[in-house]
Amino acid sequence: MTFQSLGSSPTVSVEAPSGAALLRRGVAGAGRALRRYGLLFGFLAFWQVGSSLGWINPTVFPPLDKILAATWAGVVGGAFLDDIAISLQRSGLAFAAAVGLGIPLGLFMGQIRAVEQALDPILQFFRQTSALALYPVFILLLGLGEASKVFVIFWATLFPILLATIGGVKEVDRKLIEMAATFGASRATIFRRVVQPASVPSIFVGLRLSATTALLLLVAAEMIGANRGLGFQVMNAQYNFQIPQMFAAILLLAALGLTANALLVTLQRRLCRWADLSH
Amino acid sequence: MSVVETTRRGEVTVRDLSKSFTLNGQRLNVLRDLHLDVQGGEALAIVGPSGCGKTTLLRVLAGLESPDRGEVLIDGHPVQGVGTERAIIFQEPRLLPWLTVLGNVAFGLEVRGTSRAEAETRARHYIRLVGLAEFESAFPRQLSGGMAQRVGIARALTVQPEILLLDEPLGALDAMTKLTMQEELARIWREEKVTTILVTHDLEEAIYLADRVLVLPRQKGATPRLIVVNLTRPRDRSDPRFVEMRRRLMAEFGLQ
Repeated sequence: MTFQSLGSSPTVSVEAPSGAALLRRGVAGAGRALRRYGLLFGFLAFWQVGSSLGWINPTVFPPLDKILAATWAGVVGGAFLDDIAISLQRSGLAFAAAVGLGIPLGLFMGQIRAVEQALDPILQFFRQTSALALYPVFILLLGLGEASKVFVIFWATLFPILLATIGGVKEVDRKLIEMAATFGASRATIFRRVVQPASVPSIFVGLRLSATTALLLLVAAEMIGANRGLGFQVMNAQYNFQIPQMFAAILLLAALGLTANALLVTLQRRLCRWADLSH
Repeated sequence: MSVVETTRRGEVTVRDLSKSFTLNGQRLNVLRDLHLDVQGGEALAIVGPSGCGKTTLLRVLAGLESPDRGEVLIDGHPVQGVGTERAIIFQEPRLLPWLTVLGNVAFGLEVRGTSRAEAETRARHYIRLVGLAEFESAFPRQLSGGMAQRVGIARALTVQPEILLLDEPLGALDAMTKLTMQEELARIWREEKVTTILVTHDLEEAIYLADRVLVLPRQKGATPRLIVVNLTRPRDRSDPRFVEMRRRLMAEFGLQ
């Protein structure tokens, strides 16, 4: 009989490690970091050195220290804070609305075959229609204010969540449902105790995809008709030829995306401790 | 008298049971006019070549499929769908991967409305019975195949069924684990005294565990045969009478 314990590390000796062991561990850790981040660091170093020495055009690619200084000034100085807040508000509202509608609707649609079959063609049609192509329609309907921006992000983020949830519900192992039924579980109980937990991993795939889409659409929407927001700042800085500021706004958008993804991964780890998270 | 009561509990009667499937437009009679009486507390094994309808018969008894003709009575009442007096152990453990061993074993009781605390108390008893007390908080993916199947068995026992239906429960296990689990099943059956109907393709397993063996024939016309296993328990696989019994059963299938 074998029993592998969850998340256990190889046994660590209790005695204080010797200097040589510490060194070995340090070298091993450095090796891991090098393998994982080495290429990224190399790229950044090349950028910094190349831009400073004039190998690459410093007006288009300013040295990293200038970009970081602009980012620092924008965040600490407060110039970007307003933009970060409004961008977070737009994408956050849209994402929350997409989650609030997409997950319940997806759970419902996945359960009831007739509903799913009736709605699937229209869903596929909407999904394949670029949200950005529809943005002018939303502007016509909702005006050039916040509503159309939030709605276009909502529209684009809804489909990954909805489709992933439907897929998750439909792919629940029939054998588990049959097992629950043989114990006398009602349909509602089966839904709550088997179908819902089984679709959580698939829902998270949709959530992570949607979070990425939300930021993508945020930038696009803010570039088209906004006077605030990180996407607007990217465009605005470029018009005014403030290239370090432009990269600072891009950097902040990337940080936003990484943070959102990290939050979702943490939540997924917590909720799906049972599933294999190695991939 | 209590004797009357115990023999009444978990009695299975099958009358004129017929079931057919349509496969590629062809009608396949899987079961035809089957009669069967299983007493309360008896252990019956159903053996037969693949496609003889043994799993179908078990699924009809479970209420997962309905017969074309005939009926199944449990304690004198006709079966309609799945019922709480029966529990099924499938070939695969069918554990919920997001629940611990304890959660899985308590699941059957919980979905019937038993409070979590009570369900878990009873679940712990059966987890001990199948020898997994140390693994209560393990998740299914951390268990070996034999351990997972034991969890499935504990889950079925926890609801204290009158009738335990087993569909090739040890079919997917390796030879060593299989032998251990057969001994375990014999012990559990002895302790729980529950009516047991076991579908298997392993003739030795049938003789080791059952009071009677129902042999379903390969040819659709032939009548099923019931063989009484008249051996004392616990059974010894090397006992000459056991060996003789196995030879007889193999002869039923034209095997040497």
